[in-house]
Amino acid sequence: MQISGAQMVIEALIAEGVDTVFGYPGGAIMNVYDEIYKQDGFKHILNRHEQASIHAAEGYSKASGKVGVAMITSGPGFTNAVTGLADAYMDSIPMVVISGQVPMSLIGTDAFQEIDAVGISRSCTKHNYLVTDAKDLARVLKEAFYIARTGRPGPVHVDIPKDVTAQIAEFNYDIEIELETYKPHVKGNPRQIKKAMEAISKAKRPLFYLGGGIINANAAYEVRDLVHKTGIPAVETFMARGVLSYDDELLVGMLGMHGSYASNMAMSETDLVIALGARFDDRVTGKLSEFAKNAGVIHVDIDPASISKLVNADYPIVGDVKNVVNDMLTHCDKINSDSYKSWRETVSNFNKLHPLTFHEDSERLKPQWVVKRVGELLGDGANISTDVGQHQMWSAQFYPFSRPRQFMSSGGLGTMGFGFPAALGVKAASPEKVSINFTGDGSILMNVQELMTAVEKKLPVINVILNNNYLGMVRQWQTLFYDKRHSETDLSIQPDFVKLAEAFGGIGYRVNTKEEFDAALKDAVEKNVVAFIEVIVHRMENVMPMVPAGGSLFNMMLLEKKGTK
Amino acid sequence: MSENSERRVVSVIVVNEASVLSRITDLFSGRGYNITSLTVAPIPDSKYSRLTIVTSGSVRVIEQITKQLHKLIPVLRVYEHADMVEKEMALIKFPITESLSDINTLCEAYNGKIVNAGENVIIAMVADEPNRVDNFLKAVKRYNPKEIVRSGAVALER
Repeated sequence: MQISGAQMVIEALIAEGVDTVFGYPGGAIMNVYDEIYKQDGFKHILNRHEQASIHAAEGYSKASGKVGVAMITSGPGFTNAVTGLADAYMDSIPMVVISGQVPMSLIGTDAFQEIDAVGISRSCTKHNYLVTDAKDLARVLKEAFYIARTGRPGPVHVDIPKDVTAQIAEFNYDIEIELETYKPHVKGNPRQIKKAMEAISKAKRPLFYLGGGIINANAAYEVRDLVHKTGIPAVETFMARGVLSYDDELLVGMLGMHGSYASNMAMSETDLVIALGARFDDRVTGKLSEFAKNAGVIHVDIDPASISKLVNADYPIVGDVKNVVNDMLTHCDKINSDSYKSWRETVSNFNKLHPLTFHEDSERLKPQWVVKRVGELLGDGANISTDVGQHQMWSAQFYPFSRPRQFMSSGGLGTMGFGFPAALGVKAASPEKVSINFTGDGSILMNVQELMTAVEKKLPVINVILNNNYLGMVRQWQTLFYDKRHSETDLSIQPDFVKLAEAFGGIGYRVNTKEEFDAALKDAVEKNVVAFIEVIVHRMENVMPMVPAGGSLFNMMLLEKKGTK
Repeated sequence: MSENSERRVVSVIVVNEASVLSRITDLFSGRGYNITSLTVAPIPDSKYSRLTIVTSGSVRVIEQITKQLHKLIPVLRVYEHADMVEKEMALIKFPITESLSDINTLCEAYNGKIVNAGENVIIAMVADEPNRVDNFLKAVKRYNPKEIVRSGAVALER
């Protein structure tokens, strides 16, 4: 079939089963947008900033498990998208991002809207391509999707010069991919798995350390099986929220900098860490030399470079966590779950000693209450996105997550402005669920223009803005570690969030009490239009417990007992 | 970290395609690894090129370097050499006024010879283990070398 490069892009996306593309047109990508206009194989959602297009595609991918697709133009279109690419790379989100480029004849001449896009994206993508001939497009796009979704997933960037999208060439998408140099190792070594299971059977205080890779691998239900069959307690990373249901008796909680006391103590006391799809991030481990100091380590990961990068693995297992866990399940008969009974009691006593909680305040709403309340009212019926900061940690701590792909947040890069566009993508992928974005008065302004996208495309995301008139997380660090010098974090000067939402055609609420909050949330769900619920919360609330950066997990700052202030 | 840093030679077989060298060097600079020397040339009768990288780092860092290199899509194979034959070439320019026979004799001791003699300068080459090339360059200092170029090491596993 002889078609143009632009038509090839459309044909390839349809062949890949793409139903939604997020993007923003511009000069160098116009040929492709002309073909988008003519087709009805997929929906295009016009964001109002390229960064938002990438985050929306990330949200879409996280909620659906499919490859997210975004399309942008050259120059500033591309550079605006870089933050999103870096975000997707850090959190291993499968994405294909297509950018326009100036025509081949102008590359290298400092042409209008020219930037060395593949040079910039090299360090923040899994792989990238500059397509120099339309006859390569089918292969490149097919490889891009394949590389994005296999192995450790990640974003792949395809840069296409304008003359290549105009070029007519033969197109055949029905081709086999031959990547001799890329063969992800998906099957765990059976002998290593057997040895690991023997180590588990001999351990006195083993602990599952569950990471986001489980969600990427669609292995949450297999992991639930393994946890229940072995009776071994489990801690989740921030990225793994929802792998186990919040009410699972074997779920100790989230670990790390703002993890629960019990989780961090369990990690400090365990004699065998069973890491599944987790990467020992510094926000999880705290001081490395004190992390799980007396424990052996089983580490299952699809990425060999994640194994023994920071913490030495005694039982390294490279493989897709779903395959490996399935193999582990066949060895469960050797494990006597009763033998961990006293360990389970120890862990549950940690939780009794310092449960994850907060103190209510009679005058102002507490942000934690708001998160919990949304959980009580919507629970499984909502997908939760967040921005970055205090509200993000409170969401991870207090929302009752009951399933994988319920929680989307920028974990690795920590991108403020992620939440709202991501929640749009989540809504597009999963329209039957309420799409909530927990955000702060700082973060929401970083992609607030997406109100327009939400109104235009009827994506009724409910933004719950926990407003403490501070850049709260930075303020918290300044309070604790910078002698209360609150440098440039006081956000007392603010827009009228209600009017702001209304100006775009959304709906706004300002809430001071519990009753008002319940009413606002109920109304927003019923009205089914994009909403800002601005909740005036306690200004000086800190996220607790907290392991100061570089500190040991067992040295936590804990919630002050009530009345000691 | 107090782990000992040691010199290592790593060979990388890559698909010979646009920007593959940048992928490798970006990885080293982005992750803070050292490059002491780097050579690259196509492998005859194949679509691959071979890079030889001399680097240094702790055991953990070297392990990460090989793993991270392997993660790059166009990388076929990574060898972290233990038992290898390693050679490096150097070209040295001397003034014509220096003693040709002295220089030639010295070069011969290091697998080399005078390769060009012109009106004003002579050019000599040696090819030997990198530490022997170091020694050679020390030894020829007294002949007032005007210019020195080293190729970087290449290596083959024994």
